[in-house]
Amino acid sequence: MLDGYEMTVGLEIHVQLDTDTKIFCGCKNEFGAEPNNHTCPICLGLPGTLPVLNEKAVEYIVKAGLALNCEINTFSKFDRKNYFYADLPKAYQISQFDLPFCEDGHVMIQLEDGADMKIGITRIHLEEDAGKLNHAGEGIASSDSSLVDYNRVGTPLIEIVSEPDIHSPEQAIAYLKKIKSILEYIGVSDCDMSQGSMRADVNISVAPKGSDKLGTRTELKNMNSFKAIEKALKYEPKRQIKVLESGGEIIQGTLTWDDEAGKTIPMRSKEEAHDYRYFPEPDLVPVILDQEWIEGIRETLPELPDARQKRYVEELGIPEYDAMVITADREMADFFEAVVEEHNDAKAISNWIMGDFSRLLNEESITIAEVKFKPADLAKMLKLMDEGTISSKIAKTVFEEMFATGKDPDTIVEEKGLKQISDTSELEKIIDQVIADNQSALEDYRGGNKNVFGFFIGQTMKATRGKANPGMVNKILREKLEG
Amino acid sequence: MELYQLTAHQLHEKLVNKEVTAREITESIYNRIEAVEEDVKAYITLTKEDALKQADKVDEKIANGEEIGPLAGIPIAIKDNMSTEGVKTTCASKILHNYKPPYDATVIKKLSAEDYIMVGKTNMDEFAMGSSNENSGFYPTANPWDLTRVPGGSSGGSAAAVAAGEAIISLGSDTGGSIRQPAAFCGVVGMKPTYGLVSRYGLVAFASSLDQIGPFSKDITDCAIALNYIAGHDEFDSTSANREVPDYTASLNKDITGMKIGVPSEYFGDGIDQEVKDAVWTAIKKLEELGAEYEEVSLPHTEYALSAYYLIAPAEASSNLARYDGVRYGLRSEEVKGLVDMYKKTRQEGFGDEVKRRIMLGTYALSSGYYDAYYKKAQKVRTLVKQDFDRAFEKYDVLISPTTPTTSFKAGAKKDPLEMYLSDICTIPINLAGIPALSMPCGLDSNGLPIGLQIMGNHFGEEKILQIAHAFEQATDFHKKRASL
Repeated sequence: MLDGYEMTVGLEIHVQLDTDTKIFCGCKNEFGAEPNNHTCPICLGLPGTLPVLNEKAVEYIVKAGLALNCEINTFSKFDRKNYFYADLPKAYQISQFDLPFCEDGHVMIQLEDGADMKIGITRIHLEEDAGKLNHAGEGIASSDSSLVDYNRVGTPLIEIVSEPDIHSPEQAIAYLKKIKSILEYIGVSDCDMSQGSMRADVNISVAPKGSDKLGTRTELKNMNSFKAIEKALKYEPKRQIKVLESGGEIIQGTLTWDDEAGKTIPMRSKEEAHDYRYFPEPDLVPVILDQEWIEGIRETLPELPDARQKRYVEELGIPEYDAMVITADREMADFFEAVVEEHNDAKAISNWIMGDFSRLLNEESITIAEVKFKPADLAKMLKLMDEGTISSKIAKTVFEEMFATGKDPDTIVEEKGLKQISDTSELEKIIDQVIADNQSALEDYRGGNKNVFGFFIGQTMKATRGKANPGMVNKILREKLEG
Repeated sequence: MELYQLTAHQLHEKLVNKEVTAREITESIYNRIEAVEEDVKAYITLTKEDALKQADKVDEKIANGEEIGPLAGIPIAIKDNMSTEGVKTTCASKILHNYKPPYDATVIKKLSAEDYIMVGKTNMDEFAMGSSNENSGFYPTANPWDLTRVPGGSSGGSAAAVAAGEAIISLGSDTGGSIRQPAAFCGVVGMKPTYGLVSRYGLVAFASSLDQIGPFSKDITDCAIALNYIAGHDEFDSTSANREVPDYTASLNKDITGMKIGVPSEYFGDGIDQEVKDAVWTAIKKLEELGAEYEEVSLPHTEYALSAYYLIAPAEASSNLARYDGVRYGLRSEEVKGLVDMYKKTRQEGFGDEVKRRIMLGTYALSSGYYDAYYKKAQKVRTLVKQDFDRAFEKYDVLISPTTPTTSFKAGAKKDPLEMYLSDICTIPINLAGIPALSMPCGLDSNGLPIGLQIMGNHFGEEKILQIAHAFEQATDFHKKRASL
């Protein structure tokens, strides 16, 4: 698609840390409150107020840095990034410039062809979030007034900056998903993109294949959906190539992604770009971290997705792909393991989790925490299948009922009379009737059309409303048809 | 003698002995204000009603036999850049002309806990930028010793209030000499404590790494008492020092025999008025008589301090003052088209020339491409200045110099900003180094204007400064001289 060109993607991922209070004051760090209800003189930047660093935020960024294989700087400091905007009360953001907490990390991603790939992380730094503008009317340009909600001001944010290792939309999405998964695992953020807890600035450039120089880049700010990022990453390089091919030049600048139109729209050019005038934040002293303390944080790290995936493959014997999908989401993996503990058939469990379970979660758009049935119920259902009490087809019905009501499988089977018919004489009676009702099909079969066998299976299942034991039906039918 | 002419420790004694009431003291202050404020213009806001209520509360406590601290019932004036809940805090700027903070600065909380009486908020150079109090966004303050002269800046209102008897003690803030220079011009005691000794929480920032709150008083004892109650660690200020605060009055009467004084030759150069030099030398000789030893010392990087200061302070100021944009409080320009226009017009109308000048200077010094050449270089110079002091304090207990190159000058006399900047040349290096320094009267010039003696100490060396200062005060009469207003 990019004939003769290679694209390079740089990602700056912003993640809100899930601390109880804000980064520089005691206000609650909570999404969804009434506008301006979580504010105080400090986060509003009233004259004379000073920031005091929330130690939990430092703990969380160090945790994130360790999970993402970073070096942790024992000497770190904050800087001011100066710019004017109505949602930024102090007219500067307290951030980190040359001495971030974490540097030189990486994550491994798996591509669809099964290959592993290492993506470098340049740095992770800690900063405060800004507020939110609500524009009256359609958008910022057409509104005659704007209201500011400062609740989000001072939410602790980490910014994860990638190395320019990413060269395709697939890699970018895999990287984003991996970061999201790891941060959820370690519990520093819910990474809820719909609430803005995770969002990304995406830098895109193209250069002729084999070139050792990167092309001029454009930047897409504040992207908060994988789908949009993927679409933008398919669109923007093509646009850039078109410009280059027609002899034009890429203008470095900020773009926005118009999801409806499916294209990028220029926001501001480099000439209008900010000079942030970074300088050391004089109101905060440098942070000196103790190596022992850092090691203590390392010990609190849970088993991370990569290690879990490896263990699932090696110890539980499920396919690598299944292991990857299941471990991407910590809750999903925890659920999977809980079922495995009750029922020793990892492959069957993984099939259900990746199949019907994931489908229903998606359809109902609920999280695993909100699921009504227990892992033990799924194990019980699988046992019923193994014992031949229910068929795999009936199991689907049972599962859907479990999902909808939270009832345990025994009760469902009992109440709905779903028990498999494995009684030979009963089945023979039913099959005799099916054959009697379908004489012409019988003739076809006996005339050599063996495909009709499936038709008889279907008819028998229909007659028993799916409850017939498929193995037995198969056996009895064959005997009777062969006559 | 009128009550307003006394010191806090004298008044405290009278209160405890029930010779006077806090209400009488407070009324004496407001009567004095009524008599002289029209000429001096030390205040922006007066809080008489609350002050009298507060005085009655103190009197009630005394009547009930409750013990009161040394600042209870003492009328204190507050520079108008310290946040006072519900009381206008304007920084003498049009941009904050109507701003009433919803919270108290830490120093205010501490004083309130001691039942002090707030007289009002004092005039200043806008956002503490200036050396003469002529840069107030409202009106200039006059020097009580000569109304045609300036009280010094930027805490000129606080210095003048004490000098004129319009307050017993006052608080100022010192970024490059803003307490000591006006103290020298107004013939009172003024102290800039070690950076980090007094919480900056609630002090409207000018240059965060340099600002420090400190007291003005009529004598050294009052200075020590005030320091006792405003010093100390504050969890709301990360830069505040977490160390025990000594009782500063305890060191006052200690003998100074054998103390070593360094006299930095760079502070006695060409720009310094001969009368000032003579008075300071006389003071040093006096201290020698009292048992101290002195020696000349060189602080070689002094000459670069002013340049470094005028890059660092405006750089920080340009950032600190960016929040005044008309969005949430203070002035908002009317008839604006859009957000950027609102910012521009609000700031254009709200800030005075000196503030604008420094914002531009600071913005330039921090902008990309110039940062290394200006801001970063200035920080390196700052380190060298600091090292000069560190070396000196390995050898000397205190350093002594003039506070200002000249005594108070005529209002309107210094039109060139650069010339004005030079009036802080003896005080600025101290802020760059973060060390404490005090100014006290040590003589009068031929025009009858006060001359200031500057005593500098090592980090957290306030006790030694006060010890030397008190010894000098006890041996001389300069602190008893009052402006004849």
